[in-house]
Amino acid sequence: MTAVASYGDPLGPRGRRRALVASVLGALVLLGLLAFAIGKFASAGQLAGERWEELLSADGARAFGRGLKATLKAAAMAIALSVGVGTVMALGRLSHRRVIRGLAGTYVQLFRALPSLLLILFGFFGLPALGIDVSKYWALVIGLTLYNSAIFAEVIRAGVLSLPRGQAEAAYAVGMTRGQVQRLVVLPQAVSRMLPSLVAQGVVVLKDTSYGFVIGYEELLRTGQFAGESTASLLQAYLIVAIGYIAVCFSLSQVAKWLEGRQARRYGKSAVAVPGVEDLAVAQR
Amino acid sequence: MQLSTITDNLDVYLEGFVGTLELTALGALGSLVLGTVLATMRVSPVPSLRAGATVYVEILRNCPLPVLAVLLAFGLPKLGEPIRSFSFFTWAVLALALYHAAFVCEALRSGVNSVSTGQGEAARSLGLTFGQTMSLVVLPQAFRTVVPPLGNILIALTKNSAVAATIDVTDITNQTEFVINDTVDPLAALAGAAFFYLLLTLPTGLLVGKLERRTAFSR
Repeated sequence: MTAVASYGDPLGPRGRRRALVASVLGALVLLGLLAFAIGKFASAGQLAGERWEELLSADGARAFGRGLKATLKAAAMAIALSVGVGTVMALGRLSHRRVIRGLAGTYVQLFRALPSLLLILFGFFGLPALGIDVSKYWALVIGLTLYNSAIFAEVIRAGVLSLPRGQAEAAYAVGMTRGQVQRLVVLPQAVSRMLPSLVAQGVVVLKDTSYGFVIGYEELLRTGQFAGESTASLLQAYLIVAIGYIAVCFSLSQVAKWLEGRQARRYGKSAVAVPGVEDLAVAQR
Repeated sequence: MQLSTITDNLDVYLEGFVGTLELTALGALGSLVLGTVLATMRVSPVPSLRAGATVYVEILRNCPLPVLAVLLAFGLPKLGEPIRSFSFFTWAVLALALYHAAFVCEALRSGVNSVSTGQGEAARSLGLTFGQTMSLVVLPQAFRTVVPPLGNILIALTKNSAVAATIDVTDITNQTEFVINDTVDPLAALAGAAFFYLLLTLPTGLLVGKLERRTAFSR
């Protein structure tokens, strides 16, 4: 089961006993750390009921629900736009026209090299300076789209390049035009192959929506900040926010993991392996 | 939009640039150390340590970095001394190290797992001990696969260090907000920030790309 076990001899009776002892000791140390942390919370009075009551009341829960909804709304729009723009940029990078290739390449290389927070600030401060007035929601969505469309472009391009050449050649051979080949043969297969990476990058978008609190967009983190400040229980509010974000992102990560397993069964391991294209979504092999 | 917005505030940007460098370096160091410990735990034959490291990785890499930074910097100080006296800079470094350690752990683990078991079996059949198998056969091969992902994590860390601005620590992004407020020329101010980030991320990206091609080999 574990990789390393196979590099040494399988554990014998003594080795197994030693692993068991180490496991019990390790569990004690880890549980001790946890108990220490909980003790620290308790002695600082942070576990007291009244610090949680208001946050977890019906009104509090409704507020967090609104924040979560705003988070999901921004993330969904940003993902949809990023995939759209990303597809265009991926095709641009694969174009046979040098000018288009150059333009798309510059777009991708520029925006994937900048922090998404900076691009969100561009949406918030930069666009109005250009005479384009946008709401906080759109400032956030546009900032996220600029960054993530560059990453999605790279993911889709890697998917296209991973296809066997015969696919496009066969399509040309039956008389399809360049556009038809891309639209009907190459892109659908590329997207289906890269689906795990696309979903994994979706988790990154979801996480990055929390930068929206910097520009005052009322997503989950901002909601938590308000709730924490008004009830004087900031620590508790932020913990609830963290748990909320982790629950949503973890679920989506599991979807990506499941898709990855399915791809590996379907196409063999090598078909899925284009690691490092997605941004910090380390493949789970 | 005027170029003088950038040139007049060069010292402001440089201060932020140094801040970003410090955050990146300390964050990288911390995440490398913690990530190595976690990876060792995850591949060890000890069930409880494996479970502990798995839980850590799943929680940290699904927690948005800004949430982590704010929770650490504004939440934890409520636990009283000595935690209360940590500076925001310390919290920023801690957030970056804790967050990226999860990714470093996964990169190292998948590196070790990518070496086929046949390699270890061959080494054992030659009579090498476990230590020799690891140090002479498995780890040198794992290292080649691990360098590019670690490089990508370093680039991501450089960009993610902008999270420091959310807790008011001096870095490029935070200084840019000053320049925007000061000059009312957001476009130039943001372009200046972009320039300084590109100065860091583009060379690293080229270097990682080169390493990726050099260490690439077929199995």
